[in-house]
Amino acid sequence: MNYILKTISYIGLVLTLFPAFLVLNGSLDVASYKMWMLIGTICWFATAPFWIFKDKKASKESLQ
Amino acid sequence: MNIKKVLNLEDVEVVNEYEREPVPESKVKGFNKFVGLVAGEHIAGTEFVIGPLFVLHGVSAGDLFLGLLIGNILATLSWTLICAPAAVRTRLTIFYQLEKICGYNLVSIYNFINGLLFAVMAAAMIGVSASAIGILLDVEGPGLTSLYPESLSWVLIIMAVGAVIAVVATFGFDVVAKFSSLFAPWMPLIFLAAGLAVLPQLGVTGFGNFWEIANEKIWTGVPVEGQTKYTFWHVMIFAWLCNNAMHIGLSDMSIYRYAKRPSYGLASGFGMFIGHYMAWIASGILCALVLRQGNLNPSPGAIAFMGAGIAGLICVIAAGWTTANPTIYRAGLAVQGLFPTMKRWKITVAIGIVATIMACFPVIVSKLDQYLGLYALVAAPVGAVVLIDIFLFPKIGLVSNLAEAIQLKFNLSVAFTWVLAMAVGYWLYVYFEADFYFFLALPSWIIAAIVYILTAYLQQDYFSKRTKTLSP
Repeated sequence: MNYILKTISYIGLVLTLFPAFLVLNGSLDVASYKMWMLIGTICWFATAPFWIFKDKKASKESLQ
Repeated sequence: MNIKKVLNLEDVEVVNEYEREPVPESKVKGFNKFVGLVAGEHIAGTEFVIGPLFVLHGVSAGDLFLGLLIGNILATLSWTLICAPAAVRTRLTIFYQLEKICGYNLVSIYNFINGLLFAVMAAAMIGVSASAIGILLDVEGPGLTSLYPESLSWVLIIMAVGAVIAVVATFGFDVVAKFSSLFAPWMPLIFLAAGLAVLPQLGVTGFGNFWEIANEKIWTGVPVEGQTKYTFWHVMIFAWLCNNAMHIGLSDMSIYRYAKRPSYGLASGFGMFIGHYMAWIASGILCALVLRQGNLNPSPGAIAFMGAGIAGLICVIAAGWTTANPTIYRAGLAVQGLFPTMKRWKITVAIGIVATIMACFPVIVSKLDQYLGLYALVAAPVGAVVLIDIFLFPKIGLVSNLAEAIQLKFNLSVAFTWVLAMAVGYWLYVYFEADFYFFLALPSWIIAAIVYILTAYLQQDYFSKRTKTLSP
């Protein structure tokens, strides 16, 4: 489950950045770029809280 | 879904932030925790203001890239070589360390001023976040020259934003770090993507002609009408000293006392080069496009919306939050010194309420530059005093933590140093008609270091002759 959530999160980050490069080389219009960026943002925030805090907790416990 | 369980907040009632004791070795944090915290903290809503500032003031492309590079390296070194070593040596907050040096009565004055200044900064961040929410909800926000709240809807947005920020800050360092770590990987990508995506609209067709367009259409070297000309020195000093209260002023001892080693100060480099290099460049690019589209007074929300749509607005909201959170946390620590027996979370809630009320007044954002100048003037001399007391005094035979050693309530040598350094710094600023308020922080810091050594020597000589019990 954690693996799936992480994968979706990272796909979200890719969707946040990658469309900008497509706009830069002229293969994507600005409206579509903004839509993909929003989808990426939703993917990140819908999934990251479920694993990122657990990872932080684990790293903290390993310190103590 | 149990939010408290997801965020691991069940132990909020017993949160211990070591306000008046050293952080134990078992509680130190790893390097990645600091990276997450500072990377989030230094990508704030204000990056959407500062990047455009350099465009409006006619900085040339070469001056911008070189000035930001050197200034941010100096800022990172200031954290690594000055702030983090002091924090790791003592593992105390600046507030409690200062109390040991200058006594409870004097530190109370410093704490009060500091808590107030932190609250003002948090209020500005609440205002910036609210500007983006205003666009989302179609509520017109105040302009950059507005002084008073203009609508009830706006005040309600401010109160909602302030409540969330205060609640998150209440849960302490761990939750503040967690909140930042959620936004830290995503936020820089928004800035980078927005900056890249608008380049074709400015005429950039590839990396080959970027520099040419940058000089001709973005950082042209010509200020817009009514603005002064900024040079390499303005950019470098701004990048180095805009956070001077945190590094050479040692406010970030509150954060770095949790560091395993002083070298963890290098984590600040992530914040600097992502937030104060890439993000300032990206927001400058966005500003240049907005100016060319005819909007001569863009707000952070408007710039972000143009560059990245709804995701850009979320970025401005989050950027304000992730800076306001540790700021309110620091304010809580400052005021904790005044009320040592009161629970820190109760103090943080009170500060959150004060910051939210202040954020209702747009003057907090429109006069932010003047506030930052005042903050620099207050904090820099204190940082010099604490640094000299920790590291130099044991080597030259003077007593460190004098107030604690002889039960002083008000250390006159520190008070004299603080007031004199602030006065001389301000006089230099006025005398040389410096157009950049950050210029005064460095002379104040150096003057304070010299004056404190001299006055402390005279003071300790006097005490040792009177009591014959004072020894390093």
